[in-house]
Amino acid sequence: MSAAMRPRPFKANPWVRAGWIALAAYVIYAASRLEITWPRFVAGLGHGARFIGRMLPPHIAQPDSLLNGLAESLGIAILASCAGIAISLPVGLLAARNLMPAWATWPARLSIALCRSFHPVIVAILFVKAVGFGALAGILALALGSIGFIGKLFAEAIEEISLKQVEAVRATGAPFMNVITYGVLPQVFSRFVGLATYQLDSNLRNSTMVGIVGAGGIGGTLFAAFQRFDYAFVCAILLSIIGMIMAGEVLAGWVRGVFLERGKVEQE
Amino acid sequence: MSASRRISNAAATEPARDGAVPALSIRRLCKEYVRGKPVLRDISLDIAGEDISAIIGPSGTGKSTLIRCINRLVEPSSGEVFFEGQDLAQLDRNALRLARRRIGMVFQEYNLVERLTVMENLLCGRLGYVSPLKAWLRRYPQEDIARAFALLEQVGLSEFVNERADSLSGGQRQRVGIARALMQEPKLLLADEPTSSLDPKTSVEIMSLLRELCRGRNIPAMINMHDVELARRFADRIIGMSAGRVVYDGAPAALGDEELKLIYGGQEWLRA
Repeated sequence: MSAAMRPRPFKANPWVRAGWIALAAYVIYAASRLEITWPRFVAGLGHGARFIGRMLPPHIAQPDSLLNGLAESLGIAILASCAGIAISLPVGLLAARNLMPAWATWPARLSIALCRSFHPVIVAILFVKAVGFGALAGILALALGSIGFIGKLFAEAIEEISLKQVEAVRATGAPFMNVITYGVLPQVFSRFVGLATYQLDSNLRNSTMVGIVGAGGIGGTLFAAFQRFDYAFVCAILLSIIGMIMAGEVLAGWVRGVFLERGKVEQE
Repeated sequence: MSASRRISNAAATEPARDGAVPALSIRRLCKEYVRGKPVLRDISLDIAGEDISAIIGPSGTGKSTLIRCINRLVEPSSGEVFFEGQDLAQLDRNALRLARRRIGMVFQEYNLVERLTVMENLLCGRLGYVSPLKAWLRRYPQEDIARAFALLEQVGLSEFVNERADSLSGGQRQRVGIARALMQEPKLLLADEPTSSLDPKTSVEIMSLLRELCRGRNIPAMINMHDVELARRFADRIIGMSAGRVVYDGAPAALGDEELKLIYGGQEWLRA
């Protein structure tokens, strides 16, 4: 009796309900506007099956251009990662609001935001226009993206450190650079290595793609094969990219292991 | 110039105990974190000789702030802090850094750099003297390393040289914290509740170690303590604070119930 008198303990939120209805309405509207129909999908499946049929068996039509493309992609990925990691370390430090005054963090955060605002493909197109076709444009595009990604997350990692450790190092009369190398970096080093190896991995993936817009690497070979309808070669290129990415993951894992071994052993 | 004039003024208005030049003279120190709400009200103290001075008082009464206003981890609002002939409160950044090298500090939560080894943490005490490049490359003068090994022996952690700080127990960490402060070869030791995170037995061990090491080196120490019994047992002098003021300053033996009532307020808690 008295239980029935109590108000419902779960409050209805009209805003949430309205949000769900609006989302459903938009999905229906967008699907109709973009002419997504069932017959269109079924027809597409048939095309897809024929496409896959033409890809098999894979055939390496131009072994030289395949190998050169892969080598160039690898080079782009590693050079872009090295440059990006080297620059993002100071940029990330400058952007950390718990260590730096506002006049340092604002420009640093602004440049990180700029680096992050476009997809690597768009940046690659811009650099192709600026410095011409070839690997240099790809390297610059991916390096910029790396600065944005590592810089932002590294700055966030620094903003979460324990300031007690920093305070103790400051109290010894250490100059600012020593406070950074002893009070700050040890706390964020493993995070930084993690970010850097993740970025190496991601740059390897992206380096196979910037070639599509003329910024060097295996992407150019892939695009050319597509345009010749040489799908057997396309398939061979895709498989070799998969191989390279997997090798890259092993490499990144190994780099992590080398740098973080000390931490791993003594962490228990 | 002006600093030396200031110090003679201060000495003239309030001569140091025993007539000796005190290691540390605090004059009319005030601190407000929020305007109109002072945490420290007009503190004047002299720390002389190799005394262990314990500061006791209820939580939130400004003990930590007082300690931190000395080496300016917290900026004082007004007042003077004379140490080795200069007013620390007036120093610019670089001069303050040079002065901090002569003041060791021990923290309640040890504040070791967790991911560095015990040896690296000890060498942190020399960071004020070593250039950034050499510090980064771990190129310390041989005498610093020798001193670190000697100190590790004295605090009983010789076999932990290459252990990471986060693998140590609380008592061991505080031993590293003390050794790190003494690596600075300080002329003054500040300690902010060095035993508050430790069990009673370890607390006594840490306090004995602190007293022994400070006396052996003639370093005066200013130690915040929340445990009155521990303060009575180890301090040469007790400074009682209440509501941001010094309300008791004297020998441990003279600290009775009346004085404790003055410091902590109330009396119910005094009945055994």
